[in-house]
Amino acid sequence: MSKAMLQLETLSCPSCLQKIEHAVKGQNGVDADSVKVLFNSSKVKLNFDSEITSIETIEKAIEKLGYSVIHSKVKKA
Amino acid sequence: MQKMILQQKKRLTWISGLLIIFGFFGRFALDNMTLFNGTLIIASILGVAPIAIQAYQALKVKVVSIDVLVTIAVVGAFLIQNFEESAIVTFLFLFGSYLEQRTLNQTRSAIKELTEIAPESALKQMDDGQFIEVEVDDVDEGDILLVKTGAKVPVDGTVLTGEGYINEASITGESETVRKSKDAHVFAGTILENGTIQIKTDRVGEDTTFGRIIELVEEAQDSKSEAERFIDRFAKYYTPAVLVLAIFVWLFSQNIELAITVLVLGCPGALVIGVPVSNVAGIGNGARHGVLLKGSEVIHDFSRVDTIIFDKTGTLTVGNPKVAEKKYYGSNIEEARGYLASIEHESDHPLAKAVLDDIGEVELSTVVDTEVIKGGGIVATVNDHRVAVGNLALMEIENVRLDEQIRTDIKKYEANGNSLVLTSVDGELKILLGIRDQIRQKVKDDLQKLKRLGVKNLVVLSGDNQGTVDLVSSELGLTEAHGHMLPEDKAAYLKNLQAKGEIVAFVGDGVNDSPSLALADIGIAMGNGTDVAIETSDLVLMNSDFSRLPHALGLTKATAHNMIQNIIIAIGVVLVLLASVFFSDWMNMSIGMLVHEASILAVILNAMRLLGYKAKR
Repeated sequence: MSKAMLQLETLSCPSCLQKIEHAVKGQNGVDADSVKVLFNSSKVKLNFDSEITSIETIEKAIEKLGYSVIHSKVKKA
Repeated sequence: MQKMILQQKKRLTWISGLLIIFGFFGRFALDNMTLFNGTLIIASILGVAPIAIQAYQALKVKVVSIDVLVTIAVVGAFLIQNFEESAIVTFLFLFGSYLEQRTLNQTRSAIKELTEIAPESALKQMDDGQFIEVEVDDVDEGDILLVKTGAKVPVDGTVLTGEGYINEASITGESETVRKSKDAHVFAGTILENGTIQIKTDRVGEDTTFGRIIELVEEAQDSKSEAERFIDRFAKYYTPAVLVLAIFVWLFSQNIELAITVLVLGCPGALVIGVPVSNVAGIGNGARHGVLLKGSEVIHDFSRVDTIIFDKTGTLTVGNPKVAEKKYYGSNIEEARGYLASIEHESDHPLAKAVLDDIGEVELSTVVDTEVIKGGGIVATVNDHRVAVGNLALMEIENVRLDEQIRTDIKKYEANGNSLVLTSVDGELKILLGIRDQIRQKVKDDLQKLKRLGVKNLVVLSGDNQGTVDLVSSELGLTEAHGHMLPEDKAAYLKNLQAKGEIVAFVGDGVNDSPSLALADIGIAMGNGTDVAIETSDLVLMNSDFSRLPHALGLTKATAHNMIQNIIIAIGVVLVLLASVFFSDWMNMSIGMLVHEASILAVILNAMRLLGYKAKR
């Protein structure tokens, strides 16, 4: 399991939260219970299995919704 | 393509706004209806594009968002060829969300200031011994870093060489600089104002004290209280319900215009954003003033607190006790002092340090068979003598004879507000020490402020003797004072109050009072920024600054009121709008959207007032 933190552009609508949460949770290899979207700091925190998916795939899923990812950090756990 | 449109949202907003003005100019100045309709059609299409994309994305993940309602309404207006409405509604919606974002950023500014202090680069020693500037992410534990005058300390570490004066305001809120030399701990985010030091990295990034504070504040802003979770659930069903209501209105009245107006008016914007925005502003204000609030539940609870219980040592008092009075009895005093020092030398009791400071340098002997008597003291064997060090209760257990003179001395010491440390050798009392702690400055004023803010009871609980506790209590004007309390007694006392239905806060230093801190409705830690207390409590007063407590209480009260005001604004606006659409003839989609967006801005602006909150002097 790897631990990831993604910094997004400023989120301004609470419904963005739900969208992003759904999209990230739906990714294969992402630990759904670990997904946390922080509205006010515009961050997503999650754990994922680096053998099944990658940070790039997760970033792409969020970008596809129209939110740009400013930077991301991955820590091997 | 989708992304491009969304990125151009701001520009699209301005273009559609200009087109609308141009269209109205065409209609009223040039009397040209074709121009009017043409420009408004273009404005509608440009405006609705980003909204529709967001609506589509929401539906894809099975969320009926506000965007969905607005898109349907605009498409509906378009179909009945009411281009004026469709253009104005999209413009107002876009413009509103632009303003929302701007003002939201304001409410978040306090916390953003905090995160921006985070260091970004470091001077790291490479294999060849040279220091090279690297990104802070590339620093690992164990790396050796150079910090120069004026630079931020990039990690938590230990000073290897050099010395300097460090401003730790970002961690402790204390702006006075602290001198650090070899073996001293330094913290990420603090600033070396003078000097040059080399440090060994102990912790990096999110593991540093500063990183943990930021993480805590960020998570606190997003933590939700019971009320908010209710609103969230409510909003989840509310938005689809509005859609269903609109469909019913359309089926029964066959009036598309009325149906789409209902869609716009029913948007839940202010309700969804009203409470979190107060929360963010309140927590942000706290972070700026050395008060860490861990989430909106804490705000809610602390704003209604009935009783605040204080630990004495380290909370009401400075926590640095000193021997104030002493008396010796009988012969062989030098030996007794040596035994006392030998025993205290092995103890980590807070009073042990005071005793050792007072005795000074003496020859230490080997201590064997040490036995700690809980709530009493220590009994041990030194040089084949049985030595007992502790309070009066221990002396009684040890059958130490206390004559009239000694008893008078003990009474006098207690009345003066001392904690007693008695030492007996082979059942004979040798030394009586009276140890006193200073009351923190201005604590009295702060306690008065708490009373004025509506706290009913201010209680001190302490392990010290009743005389000491009473003295502190009468000096500070507390409502109740209890001495001789073990940690479990404190917890029991607290439970008893809670059973009576009171909301109880406990203020302690977070280490020896952890049961009470955990049990209290609000556990308040006097943290110096490095404590584990930050993690275990609900509210942290940075740098152990007691004077921040009244600010914390006033702030939570103001924040709780602010949330209620916002809920009233939000619900009130929706009710008035929905009522007027059915019972008046002046309501239409555009006015509805205008009022709706205005109510969102109203709740955000209302919350922003919290950023400037200051406790009354």
